[in-house]
Amino acid sequence: MAVCIAVIAKENYPLYIRSTPTENELKFHYMVHTSLDVVDEKISAMAKALVDQRELYLDLLYPTEDYKVYGYVTNSKVKFVMVVDSSNTALRDNEIRSMFRKLHNSYTDVMCNPFYNPGDRIQSRWALLPVSASSPGGPYFLCPHPVQVGPAFCVLLPSLCRTCLAILVAKMQPFGK
Amino acid sequence: GQKMSLSVLESMGFRVGQALGERLPRETLAFREELDVLKFLCKDLWVAVFQKQMDSLRTNHQGTYVLQDNSFPLLLPMASGLQYLEEAPKFLAFTCGLLRGALCTLGIESVVTASVAALPVCKFQVLIPKS
Repeated sequence: MAVCIAVIAKENYPLYIRSTPTENELKFHYMVHTSLDVVDEKISAMAKALVDQRELYLDLLYPTEDYKVYGYVTNSKVKFVMVVDSSNTALRDNEIRSMFRKLHNSYTDVMCNPFYNPGDRIQSRWALLPVSASSPGGPYFLCPHPVQVGPAFCVLLPSLCRTCLAILVAKMQPFGK
Repeated sequence: GQKMSLSVLESMGFRVGQALGERLPRETLAFREELDVLKFLCKDLWVAVFQKQMDSLRTNHQGTYVLQDNSFPLLLPMASGLQYLEEAPKFLAFTCGLLRGALCTLGIESVVTASVAALPVCKFQVLIPKS
């Protein structure tokens, strides 16, 4: 699962950084900062390549011994950077893509919030909630459980941990009969 | 007076344009050049906001684009012709801001003005300064 997620504005300053093991945050901030160079490189490489299709998803930026860093750039040149644990080899490409898609959705919602001024740091805790659900330590705000890692298996309610979802399912009795 | 209110309307349109510029091009691939962005404005943005496409887009390839709408939905309910020419700017200020905001999110600084020759035909002029 994602260990650190960052949203970087067009002018390359961070709008939102969140990492899970809170003791070594600075290391992740630094990693995100260095990965920005790679992102810029990829963007300019794509521009020069004269390829017809330009993907928004940038794929693996660079691997280090403990972590892998993935990038994604939107049409408005806002960049998302995600750092995941290398030891978690079960993560497939399309899972990363779907995490980025959720992040993009949440960012779009923040943009549409009339009380948010574009360019400010993203203060809202609720805004990027579906994203925090995909990182270990789970959804901090909705669920009081000591959370088991992993996005909930139900795609409709990604912000609930497994325990919450199990409780919800148990409460839903079959009708009639 | 009127100038203040026009600029307030325009800035409201700007903020909405910024949000739309983030939400609308979601699944489309990245834009390769300015003309693609303008085409996106004429087709996707206009359809999303006014349920019709822009009627014509002209450019001098040096940063000036003229978008013409022959039946602008905000002016249609008023009489067609020259009757309400002085009132027209009030209805166009928001839309100018909308275009400017969407362009801003997509990375293009611009100046957008609107002109009406006869209702409901109106032209939006987008000036992109070359840096």
